[in-house]
Amino acid sequence: MSVEARERKQPWILLTPALTSVTLLLFVPLLFIVVYSFWLRTATGADDPGFHLDNWQKALGDAFYRDILLSTLRIAAITTFFCALMGYPAAYFIARSKGNKAILLLLLMLPFWISYIIRTMSWINILGVSGALNSALMALGVITEPIQMLYNEATVILGLIHYLLPFMVLNVFVSLDGIDTNLEDAANSLGATRWQSFLNVTLPLSLPGLAAGGLLCFVLGAGTYITPLVLGGPRDAMFANLVFEAIITQLNWPLGSALSLMLLAVLGVLVMIYNRYLGMTQLMKGLG
Amino acid sequence: MSTVALENVVKRFGTFTAVHQTSLEMDDGEFVTLLGPSGCGKTTNLRMIAGLLDPTEGNILINGQRINDVPIHKRNLGIVFQNYALFPHKTVAENVAFGLKYRDVSRAEMEERVRRALDLVQLPDSGAKYPKALSGGQQQRIALARAIVIEPSVLLLDEPLSALDANLREDMRIELKRIQDRIGVTTVFVTHDQSEALAMSDKIVVMSAGHVEQVGTPEEVYNAPGSEFVANFLGASNILDGTCEQADGTAVLIDVPLLGRITVPRAKAPAVRPGAGAKLVLRAEKLVLAGEDARKEDTISIPGVVETVDYQGQAVRYFVRSGETQLQAINMIDERPFAKGQPVSLHFRQRDCAALGAE
Ligand SMILES: Nc1ncnc2c1ncn2[C@@H]1O[C@H](COP(=O)(O)OP(=O)(O)OP(=O)(O)O)[C@@H](O)[C@H]1O
Ligand SMILES: [Mg+2]
Repeated sequence: MSVEARERKQPWILLTPALTSVTLLLFVPLLFIVVYSFWLRTATGADDPGFHLDNWQKALGDAFYRDILLSTLRIAAITTFFCALMGYPAAYFIARSKGNKAILLLLLMLPFWISYIIRTMSWINILGVSGALNSALMALGVITEPIQMLYNEATVILGLIHYLLPFMVLNVFVSLDGIDTNLEDAANSLGATRWQSFLNVTLPLSLPGLAAGGLLCFVLGAGTYITPLVLGGPRDAMFANLVFEAIITQLNWPLGSALSLMLLAVLGVLVMIYNRYLGMTQLMKGLG
Repeated sequence: MSTVALENVVKRFGTFTAVHQTSLEMDDGEFVTLLGPSGCGKTTNLRMIAGLLDPTEGNILINGQRINDVPIHKRNLGIVFQNYALFPHKTVAENVAFGLKYRDVSRAEMEERVRRALDLVQLPDSGAKYPKALSGGQQQRIALARAIVIEPSVLLLDEPLSALDANLREDMRIELKRIQDRIGVTTVFVTHDQSEALAMSDKIVVMSAGHVEQVGTPEEVYNAPGSEFVANFLGASNILDGTCEQADGTAVLIDVPLLGRITVPRAKAPAVRPGAGAKLVLRAEKLVLAGEDARKEDTISIPGVVETVDYQGQAVRYFVRSGETQLQAINMIDERPFAKGQPVSLHFRQRDCAALGAE
């Protein structure tokens, strides 16, 4: 084998384990789901293998699914907006703090050591009818009857922000941390106030991190079913809840497959748009 | 155009004093270099003038006005950073125009001034490029253009040439000096490179460990070093202990065990007192090797044996043993250098010597 041929082959050999597991664990199951989505669940409860378009007609044509998809995207967008609004200053603070950066980052990661479900449920103890907030307000005499604060869209968004904020902070932090502080000094020396140099220099240079954090928050937010399940009311179901419902509750795998592919397609398009304009490397930086 | 002054400035970081009480004056249009080894406080001084650091004590004056409390964006200073600090998301023209946006300048005038600044740094066609697309030397020029386009009252340069390779550094040194002469702006230049300092400055401030060691013209600090540190930091020197036997207004007579009695011009030995110890400073470049029996007029000669030969092309650095003492000599050569182990004679002129008072 020539040196060139060997050099061309080597990366592929090294990639084999990764490629094998990606194929087996991601690609093959995804293919199953695609195939499943064309089967049909009959009245007897058995699946009829074959090529049926019924699930797709239902998923794409039924206004019920469309409305929930839209409201899912809306909730994800609102969540992402608030994560950016709250996460950016936090990331800025960490990136500009001297010395104790590592500790601050560790504190940021700390919640990840607790199960996401438990973190979500903790809101029940705070906002529930006999939760901390109601008890405190009653003890202070502000209210006499507990207020129903839980199980609405606002609490779903609150739960999602709680879950996703660290991802935003981390991504923004990574890009802020990479900005040379001399740039702001240079801008100041040229006559810009601190606020002007932030707007003209730091903010534009940190946009890739903000976009990466935004994409992660949006995709993870739009795909979640635990938060609406725990903190939402009956009318606050998000799209992933429909998939959960179809597959786990109704055992209707074909319909569930079609629905999950629909969500995957919408989010996939978003990721592709992102990749087209900003590239995936920024996202990797934030995750790594 | 402006003068700059530091009045009893001290800078502490916690308990560590980076700059001990320092007073300096820089005249209008002067090119002043802060020279010293790494960590001696050059950047700290520069950043205090810039307004990027607050002095712990003392005053910073520009044109006689105390500016300690003037925020940096109102000081009207041009700063060139060591790593250039060009805005990567802006084109060269936008970078250069940045400071003009915050000044009362019409669009047409802005374009005109950017064009003139780019001409001045000899990169007239680079306006549409991004900094990434430029070489280090070109980025350096753009950083300079960005700093001077605002017509700053003072230009501050923190080791602007240190990131360039040797040849480019020499070119940029000449270029920088040309531009500074042309616009006549008062300039504070930071470097740890003595040849840069000697070549460019009107005035050199030699610093060591947060103290100012000496202030003077390049000739002064080179020929009449004020301390052992300065003598060794600007080129290599032989420093020999002796005693001052006699001193008047024009000359001092110093007895050095190895060399005998040496007469040093008073101007080069201002701090020497008769009857006290003194240190004779003999520059390595002024100590000339010759054949064993060579005679030279007007010089002091002593015998020695070559111990080390460090060949550098047109020059050679020798270490020569004479008696108990090792002396350093840097000589220009046009043929073969003396060989290791060869007996030689060492010559120097008395008026090339300087002397320090003993501590
Ligand atoms: N923000 C800071 N906090 C604590 N110590 C500092 C700080 N900035 C500088 N120092 C210390 O002050 C001293 C002088 O630093 P300075 O940067 O002025 O040196 P310099 O002469 O510019 O050196 P170099 O040639 O390496 O740039 C150094 O010992 C440095 O460690
Ligand atoms: Mg420095």
